[in-house]
Amino acid sequence: MAKRVGMEVSISISEAVKLANVDVISAYPITPQTHIVEHLSEFVSDGELHSAFVPVESEHSAMSAALGASAVGARTFTATSSQGLALMHEIMYLAASMRLPVVMSVVNRALSSPINIWNDLSDIMAERDSGWIQVFAINGQEAYDLTLQAFKIAEDPRVLLPVAVNLDGFILSHVIEPIELFEQKEVDPFLPPYQPVLRLDPEKPVSMGAFGSPEVFIEVKKQVEEALIGSQKVVAEVWKDFGQRYGRVYKPVESYQTKGAETILITMGSITETAMMAIDALREKGRQVGLVHIRLWRPFPFKEFLQAIKGAKTVAVLDRALSPGGVGGPVGLEVKSALFGKEERPYVAEFVAGLGGRDLTVETFIEVLDKAEKYSQKQKDFQYELIGVREK
Amino acid sequence: MIADDLKDFKKFTPKTLPREEPFVSGHRACQGCGEVLALRQVAKAIGTPMIAVSATGCMEIISSPFPQTAWAVPWIHVAFENAAAVASGVESGLKILVDKGRIPRKEIKVVAFAGDGGTADIGLQALSGAMERGHNFVYVCLDNEAYMNTGIQRSSSTPYGAMTTTSPAGKVTPGQTTWKKNLPAIMAAHNIPYVATASPAYYLDLMNKAKKASLIKGPAYLHIYSSCPTGWRHGADLAITVSRLVVETNIFPLYEIEEGRYTVRKNNQPKPVVDYFKTQRRFAHMTPDMLQTIQERVDRDYQRLLQMEGLTNPAVVKEERKVAE
Repeated sequence: MAKRVGMEVSISISEAVKLANVDVISAYPITPQTHIVEHLSEFVSDGELHSAFVPVESEHSAMSAALGASAVGARTFTATSSQGLALMHEIMYLAASMRLPVVMSVVNRALSSPINIWNDLSDIMAERDSGWIQVFAINGQEAYDLTLQAFKIAEDPRVLLPVAVNLDGFILSHVIEPIELFEQKEVDPFLPPYQPVLRLDPEKPVSMGAFGSPEVFIEVKKQVEEALIGSQKVVAEVWKDFGQRYGRVYKPVESYQTKGAETILITMGSITETAMMAIDALREKGRQVGLVHIRLWRPFPFKEFLQAIKGAKTVAVLDRALSPGGVGGPVGLEVKSALFGKEERPYVAEFVAGLGGRDLTVETFIEVLDKAEKYSQKQKDFQYELIGVREK
Repeated sequence: MIADDLKDFKKFTPKTLPREEPFVSGHRACQGCGEVLALRQVAKAIGTPMIAVSATGCMEIISSPFPQTAWAVPWIHVAFENAAAVASGVESGLKILVDKGRIPRKEIKVVAFAGDGGTADIGLQALSGAMERGHNFVYVCLDNEAYMNTGIQRSSSTPYGAMTTTSPAGKVTPGQTTWKKNLPAIMAAHNIPYVATASPAYYLDLMNKAKKASLIKGPAYLHIYSSCPTGWRHGADLAITVSRLVVETNIFPLYEIEEGRYTVRKNNQPKPVVDYFKTQRRFAHMTPDMLQTIQERVDRDYQRLLQMEGLTNPAVVKEERKVAE
């Protein structure tokens, strides 16, 4: 049976990848890699994991080698962060369009400059439109579970898309949490070996990555779009299966204390658990506040999201990435777009906070909720507010 | 050891050329393209089972306009700078899947193709990494000495003096002002088991080298001179002529480096370099002074190559001396 142990979250992810019996791991230690791949290379070195570990010379090559390995039918994993993810950017789009089901842990960190190794979501938000399935963990257990689930989702013949499992840098990646680890025999029935639909096979030659003229390009992109939208059904199936087997239930959007809530805070990632404490504190004072956190970011679960915030008068979005010169952050933009066509829609107050590892405390979320309600009452016309900026 | 890997190696003769064509006709290369000829010769020499990896470039564009393909073998193209990295993944993936019993235990040759831009410039890092890691694949640089696919821009492999769209022959600078980057030397410095240069005019030599490269375990690098009538401004009927002249003038000597031992195809009575330069309009602006500078450099580089052979492969030198006497 599964046992619960105290473990660094990064190491637990490498345990999940080991249980997935991954075939090829490619990785580069760009500022900064985590213990995820270090620990995996130890497993390979000790013979505990039968995989090829390819210590490439850059993140660009990490993703490129992952695509090559996936194309021959290998279950393939890599992990990265911030600048490394930015360096992979070009190949991210190719992974999705070539329908190669690579799984990657993205330990979310800020993008330079200034150089800063701490947490925010700028790195993955730059990959928003790459065509990857993107999920966000709020704690170590989720990071572990989502990693295992990612292979099953990515490799489903109805999906065949890469999956990025996001976890916050340091706040999750480097902390020790109690994590329930599975035994190999518990995982095997859930996650059998990868059965590729097409692979580079001399017996049945195919050309992958062909040149696409204007006459075919849109059709390819449309197929990727349909596969990505369609993947939500598979994600739901995998989460249902996982829940039935192991008792932990996952949903694309989760609600916390939203019953009767007039103001709802929207979060993603590990800040969610801190935000829950703020909600509890305000609820104790009789305030009608709740929280919704988005686990499945791409494909965006519009239906579930709209259902989750139904009835709220005010929605406060907390973004941890900024789209400079725009209307704030990507989550706020998505939320506003989701609501735009609705006749009855709440007031949306968009906040950007926590960039480059700036601490987000319970007080920050209380401040955000207070401001959101105040602005809502006045129907304040503003794009977004950057929280916690020191002016002096 | 190379000797073990090559124990069953038999040289091709005109009569024993394979009939099989992993790279088939119907592709969209320019008339008289020397590069696609070299590509076909390599593919034919190595044969099946093969997985080909292409960098972005002329050969990728002309061979794969969806829904057509000129590849009768499994083929993958990802991007411009990463053919060596993709090939690393292909090779690692095949190896582990064979080890795990998920695909049949049958040796599949992995061959990466890239142009000089994809090799000497944007792809150099990925190539260096793959060679250093020791992956078992053949990397083929098809060197047409500029970015032809994008409109004839200079690369670090463009020879001194050549006119391109970004090294024009202007009033101040006469074409390319730098000397061609020596990629085979850089590959040799990685201590890989096999490095060779080849020209499609010497097709048996080229095919033998490609075959050897594919038989040797570990990384192998082939640097193949690939004439480009479109970019070099020569007649579409001159691919073989220029591909031969470049060797006869010692501008592009043919040699092999096997486990560090150099073997040079001797040409001790080279034609003057001007014979080569006058065949192509990319060199039309060159002055006698420039040609003299190039002649001296070519002579010096060839002598240096012979010195490397003398240092690393005294047996060959001794043998040749005996034959001469």
